Order: sequence, then structure tokens, then C-alpha cells
Amino acid sequence: MEHILLRHRDIPDIKNLNVYKKNGGFAALKKAVTKMKPTDVTEVVKNSGLRGRGGAGFPTGMKWSFIDNKNWPHYVVANADESEPGTFKDREIMEENPFQFLEGLALACYAVSANVAYIYLRGEFWQVAAFLDEKIAEMEEAGFLGDNLFGTDYSLKIYTHLGAGAYICGEETALLESLEGKRGQPRVRPPFPPSYGLYGKPTIINNVETFTNVPPILTNGADWYKSIGTADSAGVKIFSLSGRVRKPGNYELPFGATFRHLIYEHGMGIQDGRSVKAIMPAGASSSLIVVDDKVLDTPMDYASVRTIGGDLGSASVIVLDDTVDIDWVINKTIHFFKHESCGKCTPCREGNYWMRHLTERIHSGGGSTGDVDLLLNVAKQMQGKCLCALGEFSTMAVVTGIERFPQDFKKAVKA
Amino acid sequence: MSLEKTHPKEVKQILSKYPPEHKRSAVMPLLYLAQREEGYVTKDAMKDIAQILDITETDVASIIGFYTLYHDKKAGKYRMQICTDLPCALRGADEFLDNLCSNLGVKVGETTEDGLVTLEAVMCLAACDRTPMFQTQGPDGIKYHEYMTVDRTMELIDALKRGNGEEK
Repeated sequence: MEHILLRHRDIPDIKNLNVYKKNGGFAALKKAVTKMKPTDVTEVVKNSGLRGRGGAGFPTGMKWSFIDNKNWPHYVVANADESEPGTFKDREIMEENPFQFLEGLALACYAVSANVAYIYLRGEFWQVAAFLDEKIAEMEEAGFLGDNLFGTDYSLKIYTHLGAGAYICGEETALLESLEGKRGQPRVRPPFPPSYGLYGKPTIINNVETFTNVPPILTNGADWYKSIGTADSAGVKIFSLSGRVRKPGNYELPFGATFRHLIYEHGMGIQDGRSVKAIMPAGASSSLIVVDDKVLDTPMDYASVRTIGGDLGSASVIVLDDTVDIDWVINKTIHFFKHESCGKCTPCREGNYWMRHLTERIHSGGGSTGDVDLLLNVAKQMQGKCLCALGEFSTMAVVTGIERFPQDFKKAVKA
Repeated sequence: MSLEKTHPKEVKQILSKYPPEHKRSAVMPLLYLAQREEGYVTKDAMKDIAQILDITETDVASIIGFYTLYHDKKAGKYRMQICTDLPCALRGADEFLDNLCSNLGVKVGETTEDGLVTLEAVMCLAACDRTPMFQTQGPDGIKYHEYMTVDRTMELIDALKRGNGEEK
């Protein structure tokens, strides 16, 4: 199957504007701006069943339709802050297929009548930001951005903005705070960004991969997109495969492909001939799932992954083999979340501090069964009480790790 | 000396990205500009940025303290920031970091005797499939170095010594 998102794998040098144009590039944008009303664009995206690819999976067209038309101006923000252990798809899109992403962003802007968009990139993507700046300038030069697009009265500017190393800025309201020049701490919601976003104005925020889906949807139609994938999860997804597989990487597959297909066909199986012990299907914030044949044959879509005790999230599949101790895994993940907690809400700030204290003691061999019980207790006390998903999901590996891999913790506290 | 005098074009270009009434948004790019040469943000630069943006020095300092890529203390000319998060660690990043420490004769957080490199362990850099990897943060910005070995890293450090940031 040809790639829809990672098109550079089929078309060499698609990052060159002329090559992109020759392969149908910007036709969707021209069609939208010259022949469609903004609400028509939103309607097509809504009908396609496209869901947000940043992790939450919220229906994209529906989000766009929430934009508050009583308050102006409107903004669109691309979330390019990918920072979670296990996620590495957006950088490949931006570096290798930049125009499709930028065209999708422009289409979103037109759909919600925004004349300014910002791409918020994690600060570490310094080189990517400079590259996108070049591509934006090329689009302006060629008349695909700027004033009076295609001879209409619609104008659009896109700017890049670098963060500076804070995972929390991937949370949409923390991202907005950061873009406003403040510390990246989440806002209390509601109000949600489509009514109160950047500078207090209606704002649509989507992930890079989400925007990149939009041009082919406009070109080929909502029904075409819906015909790919599964009933509740339309289209394709980039699955980022990492950990103890022989060939980690980004693999674009239709929703509904199985974990077995991803790990054994694309990932070429497990390193050193070992077997899979567990997977984390959505990066470090995932539940740990005990792997058996049923799990391997589970379709990777939003609904099916729930049936095996996890969430698909951003589809960042971390593979753990039978040599990996789960107490070490949760110590690593909690180290990350403790470091990245923004400190605004007490359950996350204090909870992650204590979880790190306990996971370190358990993993280093100084813990007791009481410590394991206490750790589980702290994690469960945090659930449902944090201001944002960082705190909530920091507990997932801890709770599922202790409950599903008790033998690893018995071994750790005896050691 | 104000950034507006030393880097007038860059400051103007940065400010032009944001609505004039929301120029506080420019604090992060201005901080990158201020720390480009020295590798950290001086007290004078903090004051200067506060003045340009009509915010307090405390506001500026709170940004520096919150984000990991801003620094308020001098370190090596290059910060070598190695990702040791879970996916990288599953593919040998911890051992890579240990070996690098031995080769350079420094511990994590320390700077080589010649002042060239400060070795740091950092959180996820979103390159889990290309590990062991690290980024260098220095006068020429931030660069990724992927699929690294200790030998290749030592070659890179030699290149940095010679004033050439490219790997062989």
C-alpha cells in the first residue's frame, strides 16, 4: 500500500516544493480556498472520521466546528512538541514530508477562518524549526501562503515557535501558556481552546500527524478515508515502534493491523531471539500489557486496545522482552514524570516525588513489600485528581505494572 | 549592551511574529538569542529582555528556571545531552553514557578539563528508534547525533575541539 502520510518513502525528494506540487501538492488548498466555504472543509473532515493523532483521539472535524464565531481573531496552533518516551513520528513528517503537513495546517486555518497559525515545536527540534522556516518561505514565494491566496481575500501567515525542553508543553493549554511567554502550566478547563485559547481568543490545536491527514482527505473525499481502517478508527496511523525489537522505526499502517503484524513483520521480531513479555502501546504514559497470543492478534485501533487493558493513545509501541524487569521499567518512567511534572497541582507534584522515591528504593533492592503496597496506594490516590493528563497517566505503568507483574516486584524486594 | 543594539535585525524579526500587544510571547526566542554566545543567560541579559518586553526580571527568571534548555550558569562550550529514557535505555543508552563518562574522565553533570564539553543525562529527545543518541547544545544551536557509538562520539569531540561541529 502506498503511504498517505510518509509519502517521502514512495516519492523521493517530496520535500522539494516542485516535486510536491507535481504530485498533487496544494491542489486541496486551492480547491478549498477558491471553491469551498470554510464550513464545507470542516464538514468533509468531520465526515471522514479523522480523529486527533496526538493521543486523545478526539474527532477532528467536531473540534473544528466548536470554534467560537462570536469572538475574533481565531488562531490555529500545530502541536509539534512530541516529547514522550516512545514517540518520534512528527519529526519524520516535518523533516521528510513538510509541505503536506503545512498544507494541512493551512486547510485547518481556512476551515476555522484563522489568518495566523503557530507551529509550537519542542526546543530540541531546533534544526526542524529552521527547516520549516525555509519551507514556509518557499510557500510564501510560490503564493501558497501570504496575502490574497489564489486571488481571493483570504490571507494566511504561519510562524514557528520553539519551546525549550518541557514535556508538559505538549498538553494543549500548557502549550498556549508557553506560547504566551509564560511557564508551561496547564489551564483549568473549561473553557476549552476553541472558545478561549491563545491570547484568550478561539484557537484550534492539533497534532502534526492530524494536520498531515487533511490534504488527502480533501483531495480524495471523506468516503475514501473512511474506507480505510476500522469502524471507530478511520484511516491510517503512524505506529512508532521502539524497545527490544530488531527494527524499530515508524510504520504507517491502517488502523486495525495487529500488534503481531507490527512487531514481527515490520519490527522483524525480538532482539537476540527472545520473546515479548510486555508492551506499552502509547509510550511511557501507557498501561503495561502482558503479552500473549490474544494480545498479539489484537487489532490496533482505539476500541480494540481497550479490550486488552490499555489505550492506543499516540500509538507509540514500546516492546519489552523477557529479560526486562518491570520494577526497572516503572522506575525509569517515574523518573521521567517526576522530572517533567510542572508543579502546578499537588497530586502530580507530590505524587510523582513519592513514586520516584519508592520506585528507586524498590529497584535498588532496598525496598519491602510494604513499599510496593504504598507505591500502589500513592498511584491510585493520584488518579482522578490531577489537573491534566501528565499526572493522571504517570500512574498507569505503576498500577498496571504492580497488578499485572507481581512476580517482578516480589523478586525486587527480596533481592 | 542591549540585544536591540547588538542584534537589531533578529530582535525585530522575533517581535514581528507576535501581536504587538502580546510581545511577551517573544521571551523564549529572545532568551535563545541572549544565551547563544555565552551558553547561559547573564543577569544583564535578563534585565534587558524584561525591559524589551515590559515584564519583570522575575518573570524572565521564572522562564529560565522552568525550561531545561535555558541556563543561568556557565558550563562547557558544548552541552552533550544524552537521552537515557526508557526506549533508549532498552537499547543500551545507560551503558553508552557510563562508557562515555569513563572515556572523558567526567561524571554526569561535569565538564571536561579543557572546558569544551559538559556531559548531561536528559529526558526523552524523541529519537527512540535511533539510539544511542544525544544532542549538542552550543554556540551554533542544537544538533542531534543519532546511532552513536563511543568511538564516533570521541571523533565528534575531536571535531568540536578543532572548531568543526560536524561528525566524520
